[in-house]
Amino acid sequence: MREVSVNLVTDQVKKMCQEANFKLSRDIKNALVDYSEKEESPIGKGILFDIIKNADIAESNDVPMCQDTGMIVAFVDLGQEVVLKDGLLTDAINEGIRQGYEEGFLRKSVVKDPLERVNTKDNTPGVIHYNLVEGDEIKITIAPKGFGSENMSRMKMLKPSDGIQGVKDFVIETVSLAGPNPCPPIVVGVGIGGTIEKAALIAKESLMRDINSSHPDKHISDLEVELLESINKLGIGPQGLGGITTAIGVNVETYPTHIAGLPVVVNINCHATRHVSCII
Amino acid sequence: MKKNISLPLTQEKVKDLHAGDQVLLSGIIYTGRDAAHKRLVEAVKNDDVPFELKDAVIYYVGPAPSKPGAAIGSCGPTTSYRMDDLTLPLLENGLTGMIGKGQRNQTVINGMKKHGAVYFAAIGGAGALIASSVVSSEVIAYDDLGTEAVRRLQVKDFPCVVVIDSYGVNMYDEERKKYERV
Repeated sequence: MREVSVNLVTDQVKKMCQEANFKLSRDIKNALVDYSEKEESPIGKGILFDIIKNADIAESNDVPMCQDTGMIVAFVDLGQEVVLKDGLLTDAINEGIRQGYEEGFLRKSVVKDPLERVNTKDNTPGVIHYNLVEGDEIKITIAPKGFGSENMSRMKMLKPSDGIQGVKDFVIETVSLAGPNPCPPIVVGVGIGGTIEKAALIAKESLMRDINSSHPDKHISDLEVELLESINKLGIGPQGLGGITTAIGVNVETYPTHIAGLPVVVNINCHATRHVSCII
Repeated sequence: MKKNISLPLTQEKVKDLHAGDQVLLSGIIYTGRDAAHKRLVEAVKNDDVPFELKDAVIYYVGPAPSKPGAAIGSCGPTTSYRMDDLTLPLLENGLTGMIGKGQRNQTVINGMKKHGAVYFAAIGGAGALIASSVVSSEVIAYDDLGTEAVRRLQVKDFPCVVVIDSYGVNMYDEERKKYERV
């Protein structure tokens, strides 16, 4: 067994909240540069250059790339041989969010009650997912989620007979309806299978993967490639002002499901797809 | 190639703007998003709107807190459709410009044609870049709303694109068709 103080977690979460908001990850930045060379629309090209310029300003000045610094989604892989001390892990993560947002001049975008809508003023609580794993380490991923793109996400309980074509149609329909709203170019996360909440969770998890990575199963990695090509034929383009760069990545995750069902969730991210991980 | 527009946005200037025009705005704009719009619509009824609506431009934004010495934090546009149901009363009272991102509904577009108004898009997700065109920022109403308070921004060469003009031409629809490969 290994003892870990939750205070270490607070410190790491605080740093990651800031880093995720200030620094565009390399896979995304490289993709934006590649697409800016390929983009056919002159306005679209200009927008991609501006988005890259924006990332450079944010990173060099330690300011957020976007004013919507998101609601924090945290994935925690907790090794079963870890013994936590000095408090509750959930409290420690929320304390890290609180300190990270206050000290990093990040926007507080969380309301306490979805109907009464009073701001909690410290961006807590986060949405925290725990997963028990082997070993004596803790892996934490922090992903600030903006709602311009979250609002464009959709779910559908397809019939088994709808099959892969049903999945494709639903993903394309979702991106098409979203149009300019989620700040394209977007990254699309798709969860297929499980139950209603499992499909949503794996869709979100898929967005934590490098956008150049492929699903290990060939029929799913082929689906990722095909969806990306189809999305970029929609014409939406950067910011919806026309072009061939509507998405820069599609990641799909699957899970076993029931004989009667084919749940699908499409979770849309803006280009920034902010996420940072650490291992304690 | 880019048009320089000095604010306020008079009817004469509105008529001269067309979908697809890339513009640089200079002058005063006001911020307001979801919660502020709810109050502004009430304020119109009670005749206590906290700024002159005639020829005004509203920017749909909730800025990040400003660091010491900075005029404003990152301040890109938020998605506009959430303001659609709260926009008509403002257009009826003289609002001539809105800055946001994403589609508007037909009610808003009809209101823009009838009353003479323009919808601009700024680059969503480019908040750090956009902040460099804000010279000063001051909360003028609804301070309790925090980031959603109404601010008066002095802007210089604020970059945006006319997406829907006062004639109802919608650049989102027109440009998408050009690049669609079915």
